[in-house]
Amino acid sequence: MTIWMILPVLLPLVGGLLQLMVRRYGLPTQRVLGLALAGGLLIASIKTLMVAQSGETYVYYLGNWPAPFGIILALDRLSALMTLLTAVLALAALAYATVTRVDEKGAHFHILLQLQLFGLNGAFLTGDVFNLFVFFEVMLLASYGLILHGSGAKRTRAGLHYVVINLVGSTLFLFAVGTLYGTLGTLNIADMAQKVAAAPAERSGLIAAAGLLLLIVFGIKAAMFPLYLWLPRAYANTSAPVAAFFAIMTKVGVYAIVRVHGTVFGEHAGDLAWLHMPWLLAGGLITLVLAALGVMAARGLREQVAYLVLASVATLLVAVGLNRPEALAAGLYYLLHSTLLAAAFFLLADMITRERGNASDSFETIVRIQNEKWLGAGFFVAAVAIAGLPPLSGFLGKIMILDTALEHPWRWGILASVLTASLLILVSLTRAGSFLFFRPQAIESEEGAQIDAPPPVRGLWIVGSLLAAAPLLALFAGSVTAYANETVAQLQQVPLYIEAVMQNQNTWENK
Amino acid sequence: MEFLIALSVGVLSGCGVYLALRSSTFPVVVGLTLLSYAVNVFLFSMGRPKVGAPAVLDAAAETYADPLPQALVLTAIVIAFAMTAFVIVLALKARDELGTDHVDGAGETQISNSKEAKAS
Repeated sequence: MTIWMILPVLLPLVGGLLQLMVRRYGLPTQRVLGLALAGGLLIASIKTLMVAQSGETYVYYLGNWPAPFGIILALDRLSALMTLLTAVLALAALAYATVTRVDEKGAHFHILLQLQLFGLNGAFLTGDVFNLFVFFEVMLLASYGLILHGSGAKRTRAGLHYVVINLVGSTLFLFAVGTLYGTLGTLNIADMAQKVAAAPAERSGLIAAAGLLLLIVFGIKAAMFPLYLWLPRAYANTSAPVAAFFAIMTKVGVYAIVRVHGTVFGEHAGDLAWLHMPWLLAGGLITLVLAALGVMAARGLREQVAYLVLASVATLLVAVGLNRPEALAAGLYYLLHSTLLAAAFFLLADMITRERGNASDSFETIVRIQNEKWLGAGFFVAAVAIAGLPPLSGFLGKIMILDTALEHPWRWGILASVLTASLLILVSLTRAGSFLFFRPQAIESEEGAQIDAPPPVRGLWIVGSLLAAAPLLALFAGSVTAYANETVAQLQQVPLYIEAVMQNQNTWENK
Repeated sequence: MEFLIALSVGVLSGCGVYLALRSSTFPVVVGLTLLSYAVNVFLFSMGRPKVGAPAVLDAAAETYADPLPQALVLTAIVIAFAMTAFVIVLALKARDELGTDHVDGAGETQISNSKEAKAS
């Protein structure tokens, strides 16, 4: 059984090396191999999810070293869910890159994508904070390459900011890891949870400082206020498949907070229990309002979508920060919805941009586009889902989060900011949609800029299948929330997680 | 000894933060490098360094040097080395494409101006 859980990590690593080797046979081979690998990863992730469905925490002891000393991979429902989501996004991004030939705009696209998958899946499956750092670095190094893929002065500038802030983040990560190791003497998440619970009171200040430092690091990844400024530019200026795939990158930060802080600073941590929650909630609310203002102020469609990603991750942070099991479950549902929809929206924005020729995605020039029926329909679905209107999944996710927020002491603040942000986003998307699709009708006679790229109709299928997530998630909301509830129930039981990780210590000692 | 290590970590990270906040790319790169040096020394000191203690090989030894921080520092050095190389190349690319070594590329208008100046 445990062999399945290492596949999502191993497959992209081997795949990346294979891609490097088949590079000399040209792009067509790389594309076929990439799609096959992504498909294989999807199958492996589905199988992993089915394994994790049993509710047990599976632990893989690398090199068979006993738990707190060796390195482990731990699989539970949350990790399996994140791996599956990553595989779906990777397949969509890769297919779109192949259809629109983005991958020929620079070297190593396919290799970097595989290595990024390796880093992501490793981060989702590791049970050890230092390995989390290493997998973060693998993921980031690949993402630096991907975000700069193609070229252009704007992309380079945004990429430079992205790289520098993440390097500072890595340094902070190491400082936090060092402090935690110095005070707790371990870096295994399960063991850390035990040690924090048993830590003497005079150490708690130091542990809290390290924990909050770690929160800053994950906050950079999750783009939490005031650490979000890198995101809009980086996402708006990179190529569309990369931006779509990076919809998962901010969620890695949220995942790491749930995993590390939720386990180590959970309810068993005594004085230090839930020390990160107020920061998360406040940070999430401020980010949400600022992101909504950013959506309003955006001058181009891709910039607007980048701010929408920010708004969705802010809503997630609020859901986690509410610190209630129901809110976290609602947050997981929202995570699925927002990641898939944001990716779809990035690809859709790219298709619209391509059809607009020289006008690009700017909200300043009016251009009549071909294919407007399908693109307009796609935009409508994406906008309704992202803004959180019924009957699509965004509405369900938001209403579940707000429902649990009603019992929180800050309920008026939360309600006011979430609802105001939703209203602002709705207004801006309405404006954007009518600008892009309705205004050109009025000036029919004026034929817009020449279309240089052929309208990639096959791209529509990929966008469409990602957009289908919105009605599907709404239709199967029952079973998805049931899975989310089970996931959260499993996350709540920290002692079981610790027991699962530490079990092979005894067998080792008996040898 | 403790004072020296604490002082060197403090001075290194202070200089690193100052340089990382500068506006041209080269000082930023140097600042990031200094920060990574600081964190390496810091990680090392978190294992409570001992003088003359053996590695974990001898079961009879009463005290031994903590191997984990050494492994961590080694990993951190390798990663920081790769990252520094990458940032230098990226900074060169940015200098080339933006026509300036300012981290913000000195604004879009100036980029187009400098391009026009080159063209003319």
